[in-house]
Amino acid sequence: MAFGRVYAILLRQFYLIRGSFSRVVPLFAWAGVDMVLWGFLTRYLNTVAAPGFNFVPALLGAVLLWDFFIRIMQGVTIAFFEDVWSRNFLNVFATPIKISEYVAGLVLSSVGTSVIGIVAMLFIACFMFKLSVLVYGLMAIPFILVLFLFGISIGVLGSAIVLKFGPAAEWFIWPLPALISPFAGVLYPVSTLPVWMRPVSWILPPSYVFEGLRAIVSGGKADGTALLFGVCLSLLYVFLAYRVFVKVYKNALRTGLLARYSAETLS
Amino acid sequence: MVSILSVRDLRKSYGGTPAVDGVSFDVKKNEIVGLLGPNGAGKTTTINIVLGVLDADTGSVFVGDTDLRTGRSTALSRTNFAAVYTPLPGNLTVEENLRVFGLLYGVKRLKDRVDEVISEFDLERFRKKKCGVLSSGEQTRASLAKAMLNLPELLLLDEPTASLDPATAGDIRVKIREFAARKGGAVLWTSHNMYEVEEVCDRVIFLSRGRTLLEGNPRTLPGEYGKKTLEELFITVAREPLSLEV
Repeated sequence: MAFGRVYAILLRQFYLIRGSFSRVVPLFAWAGVDMVLWGFLTRYLNTVAAPGFNFVPALLGAVLLWDFFIRIMQGVTIAFFEDVWSRNFLNVFATPIKISEYVAGLVLSSVGTSVIGIVAMLFIACFMFKLSVLVYGLMAIPFILVLFLFGISIGVLGSAIVLKFGPAAEWFIWPLPALISPFAGVLYPVSTLPVWMRPVSWILPPSYVFEGLRAIVSGGKADGTALLFGVCLSLLYVFLAYRVFVKVYKNALRTGLLARYSAETLS
Repeated sequence: MVSILSVRDLRKSYGGTPAVDGVSFDVKKNEIVGLLGPNGAGKTTTINIVLGVLDADTGSVFVGDTDLRTGRSTALSRTNFAAVYTPLPGNLTVEENLRVFGLLYGVKRLKDRVDEVISEFDLERFRKKKCGVLSSGEQTRASLAKAMLNLPELLLLDEPTASLDPATAGDIRVKIREFAARKGGAVLWTSHNMYEVEEVCDRVIFLSRGRTLLEGNPRTLPGEYGKKTLEELFITVAREPLSLEV
């Protein structure tokens, strides 16, 4: 893997963001709004619920982590969409870049953009609503790792879907986190779900994060084995998503879709 | 002379309809080869295959001694291209685009090289301007600057002067000829401007319906087929290709 080519994708994203107010603001604005909204909600819930239970680490912390997943996922897809929007596939894929380098560049771009959002969210959650991330202890590391890996996998899969079905398919991608969230148990235990929905939760790595988070907040311990399973599942999904992206890319090379991408389909 | 590009028995079909049907040719060092033919003849399909953005059904493409199929990254690091239908991203400045593509092509001493191509293609005034706000002629010059960044052994140009005024097009032709003559580059050039082709190309290949129909010196080829000009020959290729088949 040539780092220079990975860096080129990252640098391109930096240039785009640096020169564009409309790209800078969404990096932190919506996540910030989410923190404010859920911060006040948790503050209200703390006043009306039975004393002894703190909703801030349970709800606001969960929303923060979920937003982290969304930032990571969208960081990958938006970096990919920049090539879609600027009709840049022919320029990029006629260079020596390997597909692994391109995807690595998307992931690094996502890390860069997500950090900005995370800092903004942490600032609001910690200073305005007294969220202490120390509550989660060392378990915060696997929580973040699982959500990071799962975000990458969904971002790469989403990019593959748009590569396969054309620019208009990006509207399938934006709602993906909203589709996943009811099953992931972000705001409630998985046991709240009807029995038929629970198997879907079991194959979603974030569900292990949020179950663990609630266990800690309730004074218990997160299930380390479950979290390890969540990490392994996330790694598997990253691998599978990458394989899907490569397969779609190779198919696009064979069918000619890459060279005529703006046509959306070849039929 | 050393072959920089070797294309052998290239075939590509879309849904059973052949777009390229057994095309073979070479482009040698210092040589400018014109790939000509009417719309739909298979020129862009051939170029897309050589650029690695389209897989051939069968056949081979070698850039130098590197097989494009097995050594894609190495082969493409020795090529570059400019096409009228593929401008640089309009949301980056000329300099930003050149830096990004310079990194993608692994250009050494990138900062210096960016300065050189900016100067060479008279882009200094537009260095900090976004490519999207440039005129089509300026965008073409920016694309050509990108195409020259890595001093490619093989340069693919798909109608590079289509949007340029005659004076600028003339300057570009001079630069391309210099590139082939002095820097040892090989150029595969498509154009619908037969006067330009006659002036620039050492050899032309006429494609029709995905097949090689004629090949030869653009200055002598029309006479060999009883035509006065290359344009007249082109029109015959487009309208009555069967009359020229051997």
